Amino acid sequence: MMSARTRRRRRSPIERRRALTALSFLAPALTVIAVFVLWPMANALRTSFTDARIIGGGDWIGTANYSRLLSDDRFTNALGNTAVYALVTTPVSVALALGAALLLNRAIPGRGFFRAVLFFPFVASLGIISIAWAFVLDPQVGIVNHWLAQLGLSIGDGVRDPDWAMPAVILVGIWRNTGFFMVMYLAGLQTIPREFQEAAAIDGAGAIRRFRNITWPLLANTTMFVAIIASIFSFQAFDQMYVMTAGGPFFSTETLVMLIFDTGFQDFDMGYASAMSWALVLIIMALSLGQMAYFRRRTVQY
Amino acid sequence: MTISRPIRTFASVAVLALLSLAFLLPFLWMLSASLRTQGDLLANPQTLWPEHITWDNYREVWQRIPFGRQFLNTVVYAGIITVVSVLLDSMAGYAFARFTFPGRGPLFVVVLVTLMLPIQVTLIPVFQLLNDLGWINTYQGLIVPRVADAFGIFFMRQFFLSLPRDLEDAGRIDGFSEFGIWRRIMMPLAWPAVLTLGLFNLLYNWNDLLWPLIVTTDENMRTLSAGLALFKGQHSAEYGLLMAGAILALLPMVAAFALVQRRFIEGIATTGLK
Repeated sequence: MMSARTRRRRRSPIERRRALTALSFLAPALTVIAVFVLWPMANALRTSFTDARIIGGGDWIGTANYSRLLSDDRFTNALGNTAVYALVTTPVSVALALGAALLLNRAIPGRGFFRAVLFFPFVASLGIISIAWAFVLDPQVGIVNHWLAQLGLSIGDGVRDPDWAMPAVILVGIWRNTGFFMVMYLAGLQTIPREFQEAAAIDGAGAIRRFRNITWPLLANTTMFVAIIASIFSFQAFDQMYVMTAGGPFFSTETLVMLIFDTGFQDFDMGYASAMSWALVLIIMALSLGQMAYFRRRTVQY
Repeated sequence: MTISRPIRTFASVAVLALLSLAFLLPFLWMLSASLRTQGDLLANPQTLWPEHITWDNYREVWQRIPFGRQFLNTVVYAGIITVVSVLLDSMAGYAFARFTFPGRGPLFVVVLVTLMLPIQVTLIPVFQLLNDLGWINTYQGLIVPRVADAFGIFFMRQFFLSLPRDLEDAGRIDGFSEFGIWRRIMMPLAWPAVLTLGLFNLLYNWNDLLWPLIVTTDENMRTLSAGLALFKGQHSAEYGLLMAGAILALLPMVAAFALVQRRFIEGIATTGLK
């Protein structure tokens, strides 16, 4: 007891110095985050309880903005669109990425080329390349519709068709992120010791069984990371809607982020836009924590 | 039942080739549109082959928008953010990975929470803050709020966790300060992770649309993404010109990717994001 206390006292100046060193390593980055992320978040929370219309000012109106959300059809519509976009793009892009990574983790001809091509959409500006997509998918002059027509298929009025606009922006979203997730999976696959696969192969396990019993469980941590990033990405989707559809037609591609942007920067209804922002924050946090809890039970150490 | 190896390889390559074609389609269209006249593009939209190749779009784009100025803006903006944020993020990531100090757990949770926040959610208050500071339409307004980010801190922390502790002890015995250990021992080992994070940050900021749209209103302060997107809003039909600008904006990123590509997957793998 006594000796432990003296030892602790003797060590504490060093500990204090190390804590100070740590703080000096952390201070620059954390200051930026505190000033430009945390402080604005707190500000948005305060603003969400006011009727602030333009910059500054605004009277306290309690939870009126939040109750307005619940009865706002445009908000409900945007929430639904966001959910549809996220529920399709997340699993499809993650599955495609995993498939591509498995194919490209083996020695096949053109491996480097294929890897680069699949990652390429991530290198370009989504806002700009969406202009090209809009033209390629255009119902009258687009090349895709021209090809589909020869197969007897049609994409209706394309991004001007309420039924086809959402599939179009979803397609672009999947196209954009698949390569990024593929790279994460390729990195994950590199960390799996080769002996595991070899041992299973010697035991007579086929490719499908090796995937199910070895690769997939050992990739659980990568899948957790990718799934969380993918759903955050899909909740943040903005660029291709802004350029291809501007949220239309008839609000069919208006996501929460687009609605926040419109409400805040076109209608200057800052209080209401802040309430929407906080609603979105709560949704994303609940979702991410849920995903983490789900995957944590499946995490594998090796 | 086993399928012979050559057949499997052939099937894989065929699938990948088809997928690649679909992935490259908008890029091929971009390139084609940038090399054609407006008349040719609108008369024959259903082919990717130009009637004849013209470089006029590439010449004209410099005159129609302040392309040179916006190019320079993008280099300054994305370049400074990339260098500074990689530096600050590695310092913070190193502290989280290698020091024990009171409050480390809660602080790291705060960082993780900001990782989950969509950037759009803070746009309005950040815009208000920048406006109060008088930073709208300035380089510092574009750059300073972006020079540290949760993803980078998390990424570098994961990397530093994977390095053996003996290295630090060796440095201490050699009489290095803590800062010296970080700079002379840890950072040289961190190159794959640093390059990977640097490429992510460069791509993200070079291509970002929303942030420059909010922080700049003056044509001469815009970055290429924002400048070209707004040009499209005003002159929606001039595809050739727009695509020539887009190709020129894309080239530096292709070069950056080509340079880092070899170390790239290794860089992610070393962080143990598995």
